[in-house]
Amino acid sequence: MTTRFFGAPVKRNEDRKLLTGQALFIDDVELPGMQHAAFLRSQVAHARIKGIDVSRALQRPGVTAVYTANDLGAYWRPGPLLVPPPPIPGSVFNERTQVPLAKDKVRHVGEPLAIVVADSRYIAEDALDDIVVDLEILPAVVDCEGALNTATHVHDDLGSNISAHVRQTKGDYRRAAANAHLILKRRFLYEHGISSPIETRGVVAQWDARGAQMTIWDTTQAPVFVRNGLAAILGLGERQVRVIAPFIGGGFGPKIMMFYPEEVMLPWISMRLNRPVKWIEDRLEHFFSTTHERGQIHDAEIALAADGRILGIKDVFLHDAGAYAPYGLTVPINSQCTLLGPYVVPDYDSTFTAVFTNLPIVTPYRGAGRQHGVFVMERFLDLAAHELKIDPAEIRRRNLIPPDAFPYKNEIIYQDFQPLVYDSGNYEPVLDKALELIGYDHFIRDEQPRLRAEGRCVGIAVACYVEGTGIGPYEGAKVQIQSNGKVNVATGIGTQGQGHFTSFAQIVADELGVDVTDVDIVTGDTDQFYWGAGTFASRGAVVAGTAVSEASRAVRKKALKLASDAFECSEEDLVLADGQVAITGIPGKFIRLGDLARRANPMRGAVAPGTEPGLESTQYFGPSMGATSNGVHAAIIEVDPQTFDVEVLKYVVVHDCGTVINPMILAGQIHGGVAQGIGNAFYEKLSFDEQGQLLNASLADYLLPTALEVPRMELDHTVTPSPLNPLGMKGAGEAGAIPVGPLFAQAIEDALDLKRQEVELLEIPLSPSRLFELTRKARNA
Amino acid sequence: MQPERHDIELSVNGTTCRRTVESRILLSDFLRHDLGLAGTHVGCEHGACGACTILFDGAPIRSCLMLAVQANGHELSTVEGLAGNDGELHPIQQAMHDHHGLQCGYCTPGILMTMTAYLKQNPQPSEHEVREALSGNLCRCTGYQNVVDAMLAAAQTLRAAP
Repeated sequence: MTTRFFGAPVKRNEDRKLLTGQALFIDDVELPGMQHAAFLRSQVAHARIKGIDVSRALQRPGVTAVYTANDLGAYWRPGPLLVPPPPIPGSVFNERTQVPLAKDKVRHVGEPLAIVVADSRYIAEDALDDIVVDLEILPAVVDCEGALNTATHVHDDLGSNISAHVRQTKGDYRRAAANAHLILKRRFLYEHGISSPIETRGVVAQWDARGAQMTIWDTTQAPVFVRNGLAAILGLGERQVRVIAPFIGGGFGPKIMMFYPEEVMLPWISMRLNRPVKWIEDRLEHFFSTTHERGQIHDAEIALAADGRILGIKDVFLHDAGAYAPYGLTVPINSQCTLLGPYVVPDYDSTFTAVFTNLPIVTPYRGAGRQHGVFVMERFLDLAAHELKIDPAEIRRRNLIPPDAFPYKNEIIYQDFQPLVYDSGNYEPVLDKALELIGYDHFIRDEQPRLRAEGRCVGIAVACYVEGTGIGPYEGAKVQIQSNGKVNVATGIGTQGQGHFTSFAQIVADELGVDVTDVDIVTGDTDQFYWGAGTFASRGAVVAGTAVSEASRAVRKKALKLASDAFECSEEDLVLADGQVAITGIPGKFIRLGDLARRANPMRGAVAPGTEPGLESTQYFGPSMGATSNGVHAAIIEVDPQTFDVEVLKYVVVHDCGTVINPMILAGQIHGGVAQGIGNAFYEKLSFDEQGQLLNASLADYLLPTALEVPRMELDHTVTPSPLNPLGMKGAGEAGAIPVGPLFAQAIEDALDLKRQEVELLEIPLSPSRLFELTRKARNA
Repeated sequence: MQPERHDIELSVNGTTCRRTVESRILLSDFLRHDLGLAGTHVGCEHGACGACTILFDGAPIRSCLMLAVQANGHELSTVEGLAGNDGELHPIQQAMHDHHGLQCGYCTPGILMTMTAYLKQNPQPSEHEVREALSGNLCRCTGYQNVVDAMLAAAQTLRAAP
């Protein structure tokens, strides 16, 4: 294989459609006779349902149907558990999953109570006001700690609010504590927000009674799982259900939460009415009907040697699961595992309790709990550096896993059920590059003293992280050369802006000697590709990309074999390039790939036994475990001491995600991740009151960073190939977002010289007003 | 009660359209679902995200904050009208492609329309000015950097154009 395209910053195939308004997004699906749905959602967080009267709504002109839980009969049942708990001995896991429509109780604001189907969305929303709901309002459980000390239970039958309890250990923390020169204990609060894609969710379901076929357009990251699950729920065969994930306007995790009430209700209604039905989430709904990530409280301690080496860490944390926990333990397990970072931690003792609250459901959002763990570790290293009078970058360097220690075994179980093993890595050069790019020594020695003398509050920070990526189980791809010479590739994952139409095409183009623009990629249509898992955990490029590569290679072999038969020459004499197979050294002796594809499907004659018609191949790839990427972010920031507004003066990301398919697309992933990380660190906070009401459920009040808040970033990378796949790739989708919280905390502390005031920033998100509060005590003292 | 309906006539991308609409129909819904111009995207329906930005008599507006009836007698431009009839991308579209200024592409039409108007008004913006002009359009994928670079490049191309 030549590598003309692999590794090159090839411009994207998908751009033209998107730039000219021709890409099909969910709300662009228009079908004859289509009905429109609107959901009546609970306005309170916790209540017993005494009755729902929909009679007036049914009388409104234009309303076709109204359904409540009681209309669903046997169809009403809790959704499936998507990810069962990993096999960790002694774990407690209480399975409680969301329901299609609330029946006896509502458990969070926004939980659907009824659905109206009408001729237009306008009429459907009018009819919501006609429905009378009788609720007995109950006290709401809204914080993790309170949840464990209250007689109010989110799930009455459970007798507590414990969703799960898991302990994982490595070595013996008591040994570390006994030998420690320094032990630090702190409480850390970390809240992650909501993913807020600019396109909200949506579902269109079309039942074709004559063909007994269900077609569902869905803003999902995992169309194959949705197809399988909905077929089972609807009592249909998988071949009767086609799920299409069209162009999707951003996902970032929550669009993989499967069997949302809307996904379950729309197909059922379409079957009952024998009409297509559409539901598009509005932004207000999005704030509490799409899943969140939210908060954890960590009570942790770290044991250190005098030279700053980590001896051990003990962590006990609470995780807010929300009202239901369909995604199992993925988020808190990620926190537990990723806390260890790129460092040698000989003894580790980590216990978490996940609690049910009367708040929206928590499932993974870009980073998926990794941020929470990384915050604890990185803040501890800053605190330890201060106590031990070691430079913050130096204390990190001293603890990095050395390059000869890979594969590095962490002796605990990861979210993919496999032991947490880092496949490969070389961490110190990444740190060195980041320090060099940010000008670390120069800033501390010259710049900072100079600027401080001018009265400016400037600070620097550096933070390290690892990212478990590219997990199994598997993905597949079908590569087919068509008679027009174009190559068609179908894969089962969904795509939400990651550039799959281009990065996969690059892999194919190199293998088959065609141009990237001659490769058409189809993602997210279960009729085009039957098998797969989905786009999550930074796995698309790694897992599906490898399958695409394997399938292309098989097609290449077929093409060369066929051409060698046609030319009666040896395959070694053939060269595959420019969309044709040519005989080396004989000008004009060639056959176009399209013609070859036609020959592979003859009208007469025989296809020899053991061969298949066509130039196509389907291949699958399942990695034995996830590949671990790593990186370092560094920043110089300035804080306005009056307003506590923060300006990022310089931002550097150096990372290692193995071999890179398309550095332009990779840079875009990092940029976007950092932007979300900045939002999480300093702007985005879900503000709930004690009744479980979200007080800032609009984009005017929940602050997504704009072009003015996100700085220019300088990127660099190193390449340590993964041994887990033939191309040596690791994932990168979440890398940008993971360490920004601790980076901001560290930089702000430095800028305001908070250590001298004995103020520690042990929580995220921060904000100007929160900084004002946290420093007020110091000012008053 | 029958909803009040109005006859309206407006120009969209140079084509005259006549329709009868309910008074309450949002301009964004009218463009997308009545005229089939689905390139204008809806992100928040409260004027915060900018995805639905179109040009209204040449000025960028949020089509989710207007009613279709208010467009009666006006000239509108949407993303569908940006590229030439021969399919040649507008310099702003081309620059977004060249600089990888879009990922999921959902916010892109709004950004294109906002910046088409802005670069006419300020053909030689600084990076900070571009960022300010962009700050009313939320993008959750790109971190804006490549969008900013695309706009600076587009400004240059447009200045050089005859």
